[in-house]
Amino acid sequence: MLAYITRRVLYSIPVLVLSTFLSFVFVSYAGDPLAQLRITPHISQQTIQNLTHQYHLDQPVPVRYWYWVQDVFEHKLGKSLVTLQPIWPDITRTLGHTLQVVLTAELLALVLGVIVGIYSAVRQYSFFDYFFTSFSFLGYAMPVFWLALLLQIAFTDIYLRWHVRIFYTSGLNSTAGGSAWSLDRLQHIALPVVTLCVISFALYSRFMRASMLDVLNTDYVRTARAKGLPEWRVIMGHVFRNALIPITTVAALNIGAVFGGAIITETIFTLDGIGFYFFNRLSALDVYAVMAYLLVTSVMIVLFNLIADILYGFLDPRIRYD
Amino acid sequence: MPEPLLSIRDLVVEFGTDDGVVHAVEGVSYDVFPGEILGIVGESGSGKSVSTLALLGLIPLPPGRIPAGTAMFKGRDLLRLSNRELREFRGNEVAMIFQDPMTSLNPVLTIGFQLGEAIKTHFPNERHEVIKARVVELLRIVGVPNPDVRFDQYPHEFSGGMRQRAMIAMSIANSPSLLIADEPTTALDVTIQAQVLEVMKRVQAETRAATILITHDLGIVAEMCDRVLVMYAGRIVESGDVRTVFGKPRHPYTIGLMDSLPRLTEDEDWLRPIPGQPPSLINRPSGCAFHPRCFLSQGRGKCREEVPVLREIDGDGHGSACHFAEELRERPSRFAETVGGAA
Amino acid sequence: MTEVGQPHEASPVPPLTGATVGAAALGTAGGSAIDSTVEAGLELKVRSQWSYARSRFLRHRLAMASLIALIVIFGCGIFANYIAPYSYSTIDLTNILHPPTTIAHHYFGTDEIGRDYFSRVIYGIRTSLEVGVFVAFLSSIMGLIIGAVAGYYRGWLDNLLMRFTDLVLTLPALAILLVASALLGQGSQWRVSIILAFFFWTQLARIVRGIFLSLREKEYVEAAKAAGSGDLRIMFRHILPNTLGPVIVNGTLAVATAILTEAALSFLGFGIRPPTPSLGVLVAGGEANPQQWWLTIFPGLTIVLIVLCINFVGDGLRDALDPTQRRVRA
Repeated sequence: MLAYITRRVLYSIPVLVLSTFLSFVFVSYAGDPLAQLRITPHISQQTIQNLTHQYHLDQPVPVRYWYWVQDVFEHKLGKSLVTLQPIWPDITRTLGHTLQVVLTAELLALVLGVIVGIYSAVRQYSFFDYFFTSFSFLGYAMPVFWLALLLQIAFTDIYLRWHVRIFYTSGLNSTAGGSAWSLDRLQHIALPVVTLCVISFALYSRFMRASMLDVLNTDYVRTARAKGLPEWRVIMGHVFRNALIPITTVAALNIGAVFGGAIITETIFTLDGIGFYFFNRLSALDVYAVMAYLLVTSVMIVLFNLIADILYGFLDPRIRYD
Repeated sequence: MPEPLLSIRDLVVEFGTDDGVVHAVEGVSYDVFPGEILGIVGESGSGKSVSTLALLGLIPLPPGRIPAGTAMFKGRDLLRLSNRELREFRGNEVAMIFQDPMTSLNPVLTIGFQLGEAIKTHFPNERHEVIKARVVELLRIVGVPNPDVRFDQYPHEFSGGMRQRAMIAMSIANSPSLLIADEPTTALDVTIQAQVLEVMKRVQAETRAATILITHDLGIVAEMCDRVLVMYAGRIVESGDVRTVFGKPRHPYTIGLMDSLPRLTEDEDWLRPIPGQPPSLINRPSGCAFHPRCFLSQGRGKCREEVPVLREIDGDGHGSACHFAEELRERPSRFAETVGGAA
Repeated sequence: MTEVGQPHEASPVPPLTGATVGAAALGTAGGSAIDSTVEAGLELKVRSQWSYARSRFLRHRLAMASLIALIVIFGCGIFANYIAPYSYSTIDLTNILHPPTTIAHHYFGTDEIGRDYFSRVIYGIRTSLEVGVFVAFLSSIMGLIIGAVAGYYRGWLDNLLMRFTDLVLTLPALAILLVASALLGQGSQWRVSIILAFFFWTQLARIVRGIFLSLREKEYVEAAKAAGSGDLRIMFRHILPNTLGPVIVNGTLAVATAILTEAALSFLGFGIRPPTPSLGVLVAGGEANPQQWWLTIFPGLTIVLIVLCINFVGDGLRDALDPTQRRVRA
């Protein structure tokens, strides 16, 4: 088991390198870090030349990548060319907030999705099943931004009409610098969490249901019944564990989409998260900040995939000797 | 005649599908006596597996239906029992061995756990060490080497033959009085087949359990079974002692089956299959289901119109469901000399 | 015909396909549904694979209803010029932010500079349709080619392509798309579509690769090779037709995903930009005017409806074209 984990960790490293390299190459070709400065009137050609040399922009891309990686480790992601501020503090602050929202939403979606999936499969064609199937289809079809917007409008409306604040529709706290673990924070992140949760929940509940049905039809479940096991034991002891296995893969693959969804929800609810940061920096064509975001997000995704892989190893003994 | 251990009468099993109702089992009756090995032979779709799955309530009830039939086992009708009552029999008095050991064992649980579960379900108060010792002993009985090590292994670490042995061990864990083996060797290599059959023979001799052995392989029937039922399209077409049925087959289908076996002792240019296709279980031919392919029928009206009843022919518990079974008396049987019976 | 009473001397008959042959070979019942046989007392209906698929799809009431709905909706988009009462840019400053009404055909109301919302939504549908179909088409072709090459040639090429596919999957999709759109898209509908297509081919590539991997081992491929067929011919003639099912299903569902993604990009301002109409841009307009509910509801509802219907149709197609049916367990 340990060997398996080590192997997966070692495998992640080149993936991370290649992933970030791809992003870097892409952004380098598509964007010009000095674009803003070039159009600023009072900056001279000479300054631009100097900056070009200083930031190695006259070197080939792989070399620039190497400089950039060094920069990441030594100077902590360097400085933005637009704001001239260090990038790292912004990233750490915003990442924490985003993770709070994203992890809450994902955990909720997983737990609820698994439970609903199990019950839907066991009570196939019941009202419960039909209801949640419809709900899932709706969830798939719902654009994240629209759902977020609807929730925002609805709860703003409630406040305007009845002067009752159930959930807040913007910001992380009522006062700047509020605590991360207060009821106030909860009220602020509730709507973004719900938005992200709904989409993931639709996915997980459908997959869990399908997975359960697959497993319920296998020969080994028939064997379990033939041994005289009570039905609940068959479900929890045999079906559930096997049905959970594909869900880890689905959840891992979904994490990229969730970070994407975070960009949208944070922008709509003006949360101080890394997604909103990215949105702002992109609007300002702040290339280095954008790259920093891509790097950090890639790291997150690879990390989550790694966790999912390890979990998979726990659940399925066949994979450990891969 | 001793009392039958299991008595099935007029069992009917159907499945509702999008294309129509599948009549899998159409009025099947037979007995199983204590200590005997009864073979059920037939093609895929003959209903041989379904009839036994119905006994243990292992048929999913939508889309399956059991509109008629009784199955008396030790004084109780298994088909009328609730799931909870049936559970006491499953894995306990009546145990099943399935066809494909790779898919019939849970891949994420150890062999030891799965076998132990079979015991613990019916004897929940047994201590863990007692159960473990019993499982190891069972594995030893079926010939799995290093059973204490193997106890903690997973099914994918076992070879095909060993897995099937483990399944056999699991089935005899609670000393059942009736064992149902559904094509236990079909998924195995021929050489492993022989080994597993050996194990089954040994196990049967020791436990004296009545065994229903379902197979499509006549060779296995000849080697293992005391009596045999031949099924076609959901009905029993011939039944009796193995020696009798092999020596003097009295149904055209049985004869066709035996004729289709390749002969090692003679020169042959072609194999002799039974012409035609097995019937659709949704639109069965009228009358005798075999008549479109039957060499004996020759288009006679009775075969097309009347369903033949399984009746005794030539005495001694030999039954045939053919209108014209008597006409087969003059035929020399292929296996007559081997079996030692007269034609 | 043998006579009754005669020693049974069955005339030697060559083994018939599907008939009972040999020792323990009382195996599979009946041939494939593609055979057509009419025998005495036994009639097997002649049905091709496509007719089975069609009848299965027709049974799917939800898919049928969705298909009809889609035809209506997309019809509106295609014939926008005839159906929309106004052009999407006709400004009427005397009528700004008017709620839905039947007056002057402003069924969906008007926006903040008096443009008819109904017309704007309809033209938005057209854009979505164009983007969705284009992206699905392009990404399907890419996925097919990559999957086919990887699955057929295997070896290092397969490895390389698959590692690359895996890598693309670990990238933060929406972020990269946003960056690409922002820097390269320039608000053009077609540029955005091409950019989207670059992300959508991965799933189909996987599936197609799987099919090619399994089918290249089949005997008829060996036979074709022995007869001298080149690789390309084998790939096209023999294996490719088997991928048609998954390609159709995947392509259909890709249209929905493409429409959703484009809407998100445009909503954030990095996708399609005015004057080209886009449903995402319309919803963004709704965000700026939260009190005018119709600005948010109508375009959003349209997106949901389109995507929902496509998903139902895709589901129905999958049921119809997927040979591994699991309706009945005997």
